[in-house]
Amino acid sequence: MKNYVLHINGKRHEFHVTEGTSLLWVLREHLELTGTKYGCGIAQCGACTIHVDGKPMRACILTIDNFSEEQQITTIEGLSENGDHPVQKAWIAAQAPQCGYCQSGQIMQAVAFLEQNPSPTRDEIKTEMNGILCRCGTYMRIVKAVELASNAKSENT
Amino acid sequence: MSTSIKSVGRREFLKTSSGVALFIGVSGMLPFAISCNNKEGIKAQLKMHPLTAWVRLSEDGQITIYNPAAEMGQGSMTSLPVVFAEEMDADWSKVRVEFSPQEPEIYGSEGWRPGSKIMLSAGSRVTKSNYPVMRKAGAQARYVLLHTAAKHWNVSIDELRTEIGFVINNKMDQKISYGELVPFLDVPTTLPDIQEDQLKNPKDFRLIGKDIPRYEIPAKINGTAKFTMDIRLPDMLYGVLERGNLHAARPNLQNEKEILAMSGVQKIVPFDYAIGLIATSLEVALAAKKALKIDWSSAAATGYDSQGIYAEYEKVASEDKKGEALHEIGDVKQAFGNAAKTYTADFKNDYVYHAQMEPLNSIVKVAEDGKSAEVWVGSQQGGDTKLGVPDALGIPAKDVNVHLQYLGGGFGRRSMTDFVVECAILAKEMAPSPVKLMWTREDDMTYGAFRPLSFQRLTASTDTKGKITALSHLVVAENGNLATSGIRNDYYDIGSQFAEWRKTSHGIRLKHWRAVGHGPNKFAIEALLDEIALDQKIDPVDLRRKLMSKSPRALATLEKAAEISEWNVPNTEGKAKGLAFLERSGTLSTGVCEISVDRSTGKINVHRFWSAIDAGVIVQPDNVKAQMEGGIIMGMSSVLKEQITVLDGKIQQSNFDTYQLLRMEDIPDSIETFMIESTESPQGVGESGTPLVACAIANAFLRLTGKRLRHLPFTPERVLEVLNT
Repeated sequence: MKNYVLHINGKRHEFHVTEGTSLLWVLREHLELTGTKYGCGIAQCGACTIHVDGKPMRACILTIDNFSEEQQITTIEGLSENGDHPVQKAWIAAQAPQCGYCQSGQIMQAVAFLEQNPSPTRDEIKTEMNGILCRCGTYMRIVKAVELASNAKSENT
Repeated sequence: MSTSIKSVGRREFLKTSSGVALFIGVSGMLPFAISCNNKEGIKAQLKMHPLTAWVRLSEDGQITIYNPAAEMGQGSMTSLPVVFAEEMDADWSKVRVEFSPQEPEIYGSEGWRPGSKIMLSAGSRVTKSNYPVMRKAGAQARYVLLHTAAKHWNVSIDELRTEIGFVINNKMDQKISYGELVPFLDVPTTLPDIQEDQLKNPKDFRLIGKDIPRYEIPAKINGTAKFTMDIRLPDMLYGVLERGNLHAARPNLQNEKEILAMSGVQKIVPFDYAIGLIATSLEVALAAKKALKIDWSSAAATGYDSQGIYAEYEKVASEDKKGEALHEIGDVKQAFGNAAKTYTADFKNDYVYHAQMEPLNSIVKVAEDGKSAEVWVGSQQGGDTKLGVPDALGIPAKDVNVHLQYLGGGFGRRSMTDFVVECAILAKEMAPSPVKLMWTREDDMTYGAFRPLSFQRLTASTDTKGKITALSHLVVAENGNLATSGIRNDYYDIGSQFAEWRKTSHGIRLKHWRAVGHGPNKFAIEALLDEIALDQKIDPVDLRRKLMSKSPRALATLEKAAEISEWNVPNTEGKAKGLAFLERSGTLSTGVCEISVDRSTGKINVHRFWSAIDAGVIVQPDNVKAQMEGGIIMGMSSVLKEQITVLDGKIQQSNFDTYQLLRMEDIPDSIETFMIESTESPQGVGESGTPLVACAIANAFLRLTGKRLRHLPFTPERVLEVLNT
């Protein structure tokens, strides 16, 4: 067991876990940030997608020892105060989720990708979102939600 | 919350009327057979059960409606309360929704046996079975409010009407909100038995048939929606089981001492088919699971090879020895004897896995005295609403309290209770500490319960005019209950039909999987029809038009699907359309897809998908579309990618690296759903899309290439093989 310090959602968190623990278990089991989901543990489903310095990453395969205090980690809980990030609003407008379990990962992936590419083509959306599985089959609406968010962004700028 | 509701009787409801909240009891709990005019009958019922609480009203106008069904993404959290609120004439903006207690006697809908009640969210039955219950209950809640206002104003109830959260007296120009009526609430000693014709006229619906945003979606986009996986109780321990990859093999643990010496490991709990572990943290539990050294016995499945088995299945299908007859009309034998032509084809279908995104898990807390238990679980409920826990613990069902949570996907897997029973067994060892049992993805897949592997042999005959006179449908599979759904053709005018199941046995765990047998069986039926159409040089739509001449509702879906997919417009080069019709859970659907094939890789691309469905009254149109979209995507995934294989009895796939699901790169450009207007009662939609896909793709492939796909899934390797023959 060892002490670690991480910056998550703008706050400093200090905790005590076994070396080699995955960031996913740290978030879920030690910091009660359960919006980030466990789906496969091998970076195949993307349900655990979070941002590390703005880049989308799979928390399940990142071990706690890989991080420094300077890195900024963002989870779905840190995306907005009231669930009103433009991408979240677009997700509601498209009525995208069904069971909802994968949607934190979908949204985190979409937010990071739209930051890099605010006006993606449909093919770019499919490529960028390809890593996140949804068993309910909400892909059509996820595409729609990303397009809505993209349009909202371009109208506001 | 739940215990307090179920234990509160009518008297108590009334007593609390001076407080803020008040429960209105309505006769949703009364069996339909008892008329509400039968006062003695009602009294006898009330003695047996507390009054049902479907709704809670507060003075501030807030209305809490209880949802008796599981929410797994199909939208029950909105669709059922919408039905209730419609009849109550409630202001939807003031509605909150909570899960009802898991008490079927009170909150159940009509079960399989007459007079029985169940809570079960499976087989697309939620809207269908709860629609009449929720309408009537909502209407009775409205009656209580009217009755209260009549007393309050001292007028006749006939002078009053309701309008979106208000009772209105036109004559006196008076208006009072539902919330304002709470302090005076007066439940009549007998509630009228509201008849169908006293319910709202569908043309007056304000909520049913409109697009009401789903209630729980805001919680699902900010991480606050709680799945059982996300719940942590004080002093909670973590359980895991190592089950191996040979179903029902018995474990022999080699390093018990070593495992028990690991810091944080609390206990080893042996099962017949697994080694259970309990630890103080999830990380310790998972690490200890990995460290287990287990010798496994052989099992019934040992030696079984799921790809080699089809040769044996063909033999079984060819034997003279008949299986179990499932459906018979006319005389197939005679029809075949008189046929101008007969057609026979064999179809194969590999195992598929549920792959619900939240791996199975549950939490059980057994009381210190061992006499009661609490369960937290995302479950599709079941015939046994207490999910097997009473039997596992040896306590009465009434002492097990189930707290239903959102399901991270169900698809049939969460209508099993194995993962709850296992958890109860672990929790019993650790009482009164709660134990969360978690299945890893590997556990979930290798110890899955799959849609059965099956073999279908279909034979059809035609007369000299090309009319189909008979169809026989033989299924060889391990579980007839699962593998033979969808074998009937009630909407096709085929005079002689025979369906039969021949049993095999391999010891592989099997379960319902979104429309289960309909996938492989409709694939076989619809593909054979198109083979006949091709041979007889009839358009597939024309062929079905004739078959549906006596089924106008089915025919309407066919005509509409042909229209919206522009069936008669010639295909662009390299593309073709394929068609399929089926019924599932009362809904009739015709689907059309447009595909192309990469002839160098064997990859099938689905470009567009259309469907026209008749699902009765549509409660939530946008949600029906979402269910069709999701069902079709899941169908495409299973048809083009998914395959569980078994070698020497061992499941060969363990995670999403070896078991491929459809990803976003492979979605169609569009999925269009047309809902046929209807006044019939609502039918199930959740499973209608999935089984359309195999047949629609196979039929498009036949029209595009002239070749036949007869083995699910249509992986690129199999497609290439077919193209090269």
